[in-house]
Amino acid sequence: MPNMSPNKNPMPHQDPQVRSTNFNEVALGYTKEQAIDEAQRCLNCKNSPCVSGCPVQIRIPEFIAKVAEGDFEGAYQIIAKDSALPAVCGRVCPQESQCESKCIRGIKAEPVGIGRLERFVADWHNANATEKAVPPASNGHKVAVIGSGPAGLTCAGDLAKKGYDVTVFEALHLAGGVLVYGIPEFRLPKSIVQKEVDTLKELGVKVETNMVIGRAITIDELKEEFGFEAVFIGSGAGLPKFMNIPGENLKGVYSANEFLTRINLMKAYKDGADTPIQHSMKVAVVGGGNVAMDAARCAKRLGAEVYIVYRRSETELPARAEEVEHAKEEGIIFKTLTNPTEILGYHNPDDPRDPKNGSVSGIRCVEMELGEPDASGRRRPIVKKGSEFEIDLDCVIMALGTSPNPLIKSTTEGLETEKWGGIIADENGLTSRDGVYAGGDAVTGAATVILAMGAGKTAARAIDEALSK
Amino acid sequence: MYRIVTKRVLNPTVTLMEVEAPAVARKAEPGQFIILRVDADGERIPLTIAAFDREKGTVTIIFQIVGGTTEKLNHKEEGEYLQDFVGPLGRATETEGLKRVAVVGGGVGTAIAYPVAKKLHDVGCHVDLIVGFRNQDLVILEDEFKAASTQLIIGTDDGSYGKKALVTDLLKEQIEAGAKYDRVIAIGPVIMMKFVCQLTKEYGIPTVVSMNPIMIDGTGMCGGCRLSVGGETKFACVDGPEFDGHKVDFDEAMVRGAMYKDFERHAYEEACNLFKQEVK
Repeated sequence: MPNMSPNKNPMPHQDPQVRSTNFNEVALGYTKEQAIDEAQRCLNCKNSPCVSGCPVQIRIPEFIAKVAEGDFEGAYQIIAKDSALPAVCGRVCPQESQCESKCIRGIKAEPVGIGRLERFVADWHNANATEKAVPPASNGHKVAVIGSGPAGLTCAGDLAKKGYDVTVFEALHLAGGVLVYGIPEFRLPKSIVQKEVDTLKELGVKVETNMVIGRAITIDELKEEFGFEAVFIGSGAGLPKFMNIPGENLKGVYSANEFLTRINLMKAYKDGADTPIQHSMKVAVVGGGNVAMDAARCAKRLGAEVYIVYRRSETELPARAEEVEHAKEEGIIFKTLTNPTEILGYHNPDDPRDPKNGSVSGIRCVEMELGEPDASGRRRPIVKKGSEFEIDLDCVIMALGTSPNPLIKSTTEGLETEKWGGIIADENGLTSRDGVYAGGDAVTGAATVILAMGAGKTAARAIDEALSK
Repeated sequence: MYRIVTKRVLNPTVTLMEVEAPAVARKAEPGQFIILRVDADGERIPLTIAAFDREKGTVTIIFQIVGGTTEKLNHKEEGEYLQDFVGPLGRATETEGLKRVAVVGGGVGTAIAYPVAKKLHDVGCHVDLIVGFRNQDLVILEDEFKAASTQLIIGTDDGSYGKKALVTDLLKEQIEAGAKYDRVIAIGPVIMMKFVCQLTKEYGIPTVVSMNPIMIDGTGMCGGCRLSVGGETKFACVDGPEFDGHKVDFDEAMVRGAMYKDFERHAYEEACNLFKQEVK
């Protein structure tokens, strides 16, 4: 008999007052008892609608049944067949719009906490499993993967499991892509990412850090000189957007990418770190996505009073509901229906050598109201006349989205891209170049970890089909 | 890990290191840069490539001790290793079709000007290499400069070596004396590049400058290195590091470059304390 409680087992969290001053993980994870209890809420539906909501089609009811039995390693083995990064996805997937949105239990009450269970299972495995992954016999084919984010790691893992000789090329000094430079420690501990990368290495995947493909080696050279039979481009969408308003180059204006990279990759939040970061009094983060929430919550943890400035209303915020809720609990102030028009700078007319000259002193904004729906289907924000106002600040973080890095496009002849920079790939991830595949944000523009993983998976399958012919 | 093959102290605050980095050496060109980290918790710092040897698989960097990271770097010896060394990054200097060029360098920037001068000189371009230092003790690479130029002109601020003049004055002298330059390439402190550009604008000589702003990833990801060039925002790491000097907003670049000045000073002092030496 299933557990008919209408609500999910709540996720234990660090207290908001406490966590807004540290970088430790916010969500603490289920206990065994909570996991089994939650697993018993699953009705094990015959047609498994939840699976259709998962971009990598994890066999959800099967793994949940194992959890309900208390066979956590068995549950892990089921997830691992379809997902290369379960501990990551259990934390950062937007389950509410994927698997959990299709859950039958969700029609009348709360859906089963699939994401929380996935996380529990992956954490249990990481803490308890002792068996190392064993590399399969080599099939002699060499594949290059560019970028070690979720798309690249998934593609590399799937191919390695089939016996391919896979080398992952990473531009930064550490593998993980957005999982290490973008998503903060308090949402995704870096030790978890490292564990996933280590597992791939055990499978025989080689990881070459400090390699900027397009500069040090081109894609053509990978194929012609280095003997790679196929190349997968998972280089992400790293190029930050700015608003092109006056004052954006003042001291104290960061792209969210820069702010987060300093904190997450370079550990600038730690005392004695070699990499500097501005410790601000009052910060505005412009944008309403998950990255904006991450940046805002990091700024809060560095001791600032933090505003989210977003031009549409709260219902249009693209961030996950849970992230918005966490941000609010931590004291982030939401200024929705507000758009910046200028960043104001400090200038001391009496002292041209005043070190504060050229620093951010505030932001000028206008209030917005919602008009007719635009191309995205969301109601278009329009400026309210005469609503201009200013906020005093010393830091502005632009979290307006990112576009694909043009480096690979500009150094690979015949690689076709969309006007906005996305690499054009067919449903199997194949690009306009023979033997060159692409997936993840490099193709779609900034999206989610799990969609990138799905694309990496699809491309791995296509590469395997092409090379095993 | 990347082994230091050679270390040469050029003057009390400037050091040369030749580092084993075959993947970088394979493709390096004058004008490009690398990013390195000294140790596992280190900061990423960009340094322009001063020379490279494709056969030996080495890349040479020349750096001035200005903060904590360069101080730590300076304490690494031959045979020791650097944690990370990535490149080549940025665009290479465009040298095609140039007949006569003035390469102007100031301070440690002269080291960066050197490979550009050498490349131009090697392809038969007439190169006037104009280099400036504060005083005689700080003069570096004189033999290399001589070998890489048609004419080497050295100036010092105090007149202790070469002519007592700023590089802008030395350049002006050449132009006034009838030198017809297709291009001036200026590399050095931002303030020096600003004044060189003011001068060459008067004479209508196209001028290229090499910018070295604050940077993290060096691949276009963070935007920390952004500059205003001709009213547009450019990223030095991918759009540069060289730009049309008549279009760069140098004042903004100077302000942005000083963003972490206090932190740098503090980090430098900390590093000096660590190595128990006097803070300069």
